[in-house]
Amino acid sequence: MTEQSVNAELISVNIDGKEIQVPSGTTILEAAKKLGIRIPTLCYHDDLCIAGVCRVCVVEVEKKWQLQAACAFPITDPITVHTHTPRVRKARRHILELMLSEHYGECYSCGRNGNCELRSLAQEYGVDGYRFGHVEEPECEKDDIGFSVVRDMNKCIQCRRCVRTCAEFQSVKALHTMGRGINSSIGTYFDKPLSEVVCINCGQCINRCPTGALQAKDYTEAVWAAIDDPKKHVVIQTAPAPRSAIGEEFGQPGVPMTFQMNTALRQIGFDKVFDTNFTADLTIIEEGTELILRLYKNLVQGDNSAPLPQFTSCSPGWVKYIEHFYPEYLAHVSSAKSPQQMFGAVIKTWYAEINNIDPKDIVSVALMPCTAKKFECNRPEMRDSGYQDVDFGLTTREVAKMIREAGIDLNTVPKSNFDAPFGTATGSGVIFAATGGVMEAALRTVLELITGKKVEDFYAHADIIPIRGFEGCRYVELKIPEEVGPVPDLIKHLVPDWDWIKGATVKVGVAHGTANARKVLEDIKAGGKFSECHFIEFMACPGGCIGGGGQPIPTSQWIREARAKVIYGEDNDYEVRKSHENPDVLRVYTEYFKEGPCSHKSHELLHTHYTPRGKFIE
Amino acid sequence: MAIIKESIRNQITFSQIPFGEGLKKGVQLTPEELIKVVRDSNIRGRGGAGFPTGMKWSFTAAAKGDKKYVVCNADEGEPGTFKDRVIFSNWAKLVFEGMALAGYAIGADEGIIYLRGEYTFLRKELEKQLEEERAAGLLGQNVAGKEGFSFDIHVHMGSGAYVCGEETALLEALEGHRGEARNRPPFPATCGYLGKPTVVNNVETFAWIASILVKGADWFKGLGTEKSAGLKLFSVSGDVERPGVYEFPFGITVEQLLKEVGGEGAKAVQIGGASGHCVPASNFNRAIAYEDVATGGSIMVIGPQRSMLDVLENFMEFFADESCGQCVPCRIGNSKLLEGVRMLQEGECTSKYLNELCKLAETMQIASKCGLGQSSPTAFLDIVKYFRRELFSGQAF
Amino acid sequence: MLIIQHKKTIDLIKDLAEKHGRQRNALIPILQDIRDKCGQISDFAMQAVAEELKIEPTEVYGVATFYAFLGVQPRGRYVIRLCRTLSCDMAGKDDVARQLENDLGITFGETTKDGLFTLEWANCMGVCDQGPALLVNEDLYTQVTPEKVGEILDSLRCPA
Repeated sequence: MTEQSVNAELISVNIDGKEIQVPSGTTILEAAKKLGIRIPTLCYHDDLCIAGVCRVCVVEVEKKWQLQAACAFPITDPITVHTHTPRVRKARRHILELMLSEHYGECYSCGRNGNCELRSLAQEYGVDGYRFGHVEEPECEKDDIGFSVVRDMNKCIQCRRCVRTCAEFQSVKALHTMGRGINSSIGTYFDKPLSEVVCINCGQCINRCPTGALQAKDYTEAVWAAIDDPKKHVVIQTAPAPRSAIGEEFGQPGVPMTFQMNTALRQIGFDKVFDTNFTADLTIIEEGTELILRLYKNLVQGDNSAPLPQFTSCSPGWVKYIEHFYPEYLAHVSSAKSPQQMFGAVIKTWYAEINNIDPKDIVSVALMPCTAKKFECNRPEMRDSGYQDVDFGLTTREVAKMIREAGIDLNTVPKSNFDAPFGTATGSGVIFAATGGVMEAALRTVLELITGKKVEDFYAHADIIPIRGFEGCRYVELKIPEEVGPVPDLIKHLVPDWDWIKGATVKVGVAHGTANARKVLEDIKAGGKFSECHFIEFMACPGGCIGGGGQPIPTSQWIREARAKVIYGEDNDYEVRKSHENPDVLRVYTEYFKEGPCSHKSHELLHTHYTPRGKFIE
Repeated sequence: MAIIKESIRNQITFSQIPFGEGLKKGVQLTPEELIKVVRDSNIRGRGGAGFPTGMKWSFTAAAKGDKKYVVCNADEGEPGTFKDRVIFSNWAKLVFEGMALAGYAIGADEGIIYLRGEYTFLRKELEKQLEEERAAGLLGQNVAGKEGFSFDIHVHMGSGAYVCGEETALLEALEGHRGEARNRPPFPATCGYLGKPTVVNNVETFAWIASILVKGADWFKGLGTEKSAGLKLFSVSGDVERPGVYEFPFGITVEQLLKEVGGEGAKAVQIGGASGHCVPASNFNRAIAYEDVATGGSIMVIGPQRSMLDVLENFMEFFADESCGQCVPCRIGNSKLLEGVRMLQEGECTSKYLNELCKLAETMQIASKCGLGQSSPTAFLDIVKYFRRELFSGQAF
Repeated sequence: MLIIQHKKTIDLIKDLAEKHGRQRNALIPILQDIRDKCGQISDFAMQAVAEELKIEPTEVYGVATFYAFLGVQPRGRYVIRLCRTLSCDMAGKDDVARQLENDLGITFGETTKDGLFTLEWANCMGVCDQGPALLVNEDLYTQVTPEKVGEILDSLRCPA
């Protein structure tokens, strides 16, 4: 619509007595927004295509007897609209009452208490009773079998946002509309639990559910229990994306709250607060090394057992996506674990060793913007320390809840730093949170290590701008100069010579949202330009981790952009902005992974393998 | 092995129209002239909604598209209507010709008949007759001798969903999706089957177009009423002596019709199917026409011994099952109305709640996404209005 | 055995895809043919169709559960559908329904143990002037009375 509208003729529209000219094709809802007139919506979502099914946004269009859904009505002729006539108000209230008559409203104990769009609308539009009845008892069982997403259809109002999200953003289609008429419902294939179908645990459906029908599995009670157990040493690693968003939970959207959060987490009772950026930097070293090895094998030795392009592996939603939908491409996925899992393995080995703690007494918690991380830490292959490497994955929302439960006002607590020995982080680790960030971090390091020059010599202030942005699939070429080296000792031994890289063109890609991942993979299948890439970053969630399924609700492109701004702002503030310059990372290589990156020991703890799952549903 | 009696009860104009003639005449005109003939006849859609056919064709003709389609809506699912079945059994070729004329008028070379699953037994015969039309040069290349005009038709079977009679739901079904109505605008005339400009008309409409080409626009326009031109086929069932298919001009009163079919003494007539109006005996002087009581042709006569509560329950069960389920007013609204009918049957419905349900029914009429939800409460409102005493007493009056 | 059956299903679906095409608009014709040839649209068949048309199984399932004449439940060799709409109701469909239930020993929505008959309600068959109407697979019976029910069932059990 928007693209079309650029050259479209202007049409006059009068809404509630206010005149405006809009490009032909603009919806009544969009026109009203421009005029500052609020029309309530429910099935409508900024991110999704129009459904027009809830009918909450109905308005009166003059000369039409029937009310029209403002979200779905494109203005192509001059019209006069009234948004709150008696007929409109009565219809809206009826519609809300009908929804309430089917909704199991256990509001006090609902995870969306205080942040429920249905409840807000009921209040806003004067619902004063259950005119058409009310569901007193749940009628079906919750699906809470899996590790990540809990589905409670007793609360579903069939707005289909989840269905559209799963199809449009993620190209997964684990959720769909089933049945017809009074028997219609939103469900999975044969209504199987989400954990038994192709769900990738990304949680994007949760972020767009207006009620509590879709929620993340809550592990806060288990974490509280560990904190309350004096025998346990409870540590938490915190990913960068939650810092960009937790302010939204405390009335401070767009404000970074990293260091206040550190204090709050200690006040809650965590024994140590670590920065996942440490292992983000470690990931860059491991994954970058793997890339160099792959490039050498493929381009110089003609050995394509580990094929190009190499795919990133830090997004567990993406990993499960490729396991289900493109298992034939699993050899492309970097064997490097995600930062969360690297951290888990390091904590229960090296950290336990140097601090003389029995790893069985360590409870390792991860604060992530992500619901798929909950599944990831429970993967059977993630026990390389001899224990479950990460015990619990918490979302930004769960940690905000814990902070509130502890009576802490995040806005007033003092700032404090992360704990050693993982206290130093770099800007490269921080930008992992935004789409393109992993790629930018990797390029900062790889460019510098192999050319012997500073990234700043190529890109002002080391900001690799071409890789940034929100375009769904991005393709970038970087020219390596004719002069390379000297290559530092850390990686020098990897390959016998470095001449092959001189003057080469490095081709990289970025995709976020698995629908875009599908586009890139199909392009590769068809031999398109992405098949020529050397390295591609994939993130399951739109916008990358900042748009993760564990982030505060609601979400929109605007909100994700605001979070990205926080992230790039933090990157800017770091003294050290490149992973290979992180002193803590260098220390772990000198003290523990002494044979360097991609060596035997690092493979044991920091790398993993994948499971070709396929699409067949048993 | 369908065991169906022919039940044509009076003289039907289609019997007098020689096959092939309308199409041959039509392709002698320019597409613009042909649309003008259709416009001039004042014919309105025979499926029930009554949109002027000439206007629909001219919109589709004007719409830009490298490919256009003609779709025949043969998803005759409205309770009490069966005239399309009778048309297909007797005058299918007139329908094919009407479709070819539409194709010629709008610039389409492909026609699709969306035949309801319940009529699978008609398919073989239809396909045989399509083959005959091809052999006669009335389908295929250079149709009816018109150089450069190609048009062919194939049959697509429905699978049992009343809502697919709604044209955009029908298009969804044709495309292989759940039969859920689309948001309108855009209308099928500009964005229809596979996103291409599409004319969707009822079986009977196409047959009349072929007849109009033979007998002239003025002939058609001169029949019926000013706003509801022409003749109409009616499917008559229920408590009457002579059920079956009848042809009457629009404007006939309910009373006159009942006399013709042997239904005098009825307490009510349901006109237009479950989604139509319930006309009580006191209103039998009303005319059947778009401007008064509109109908796609379904006439169900309800005798004095019948319980209106049972009638209402039957309708509401139907809609609760046949609502596609996507929009809130229709999905939940119809089930609430059904619940209310059940409460009345149990003698447990307060007057206040019945009034609430009537207000809800009004909301469903104006806020539902498609014609199904907009029309499903009509009978509920009529029956509550005219038979309130009976509903509360549990006895027929 | 199961593998052979699966292979057969896959072969059938490939044939049907050749016949109807692999575009989305081929989905319903393919499902109709599977229903007619196999008597039901099985879980495996739906996944195989999804694979063939490059769509997801949930989409096939969503479509199959929408249409009364598709459906994912196993059905008998003869699906008997009795019209329940007003004209047939007034013509005495309740008596016919009771007789069908008695003679088959099942209620509506069920299938006989021998897998021969499934009994279902249907909405308007378009023979309202000759109700009550009964649809057995594709064949239509009109003016059905409780007495005729036995005859119809016998003729289906032992076709002449």
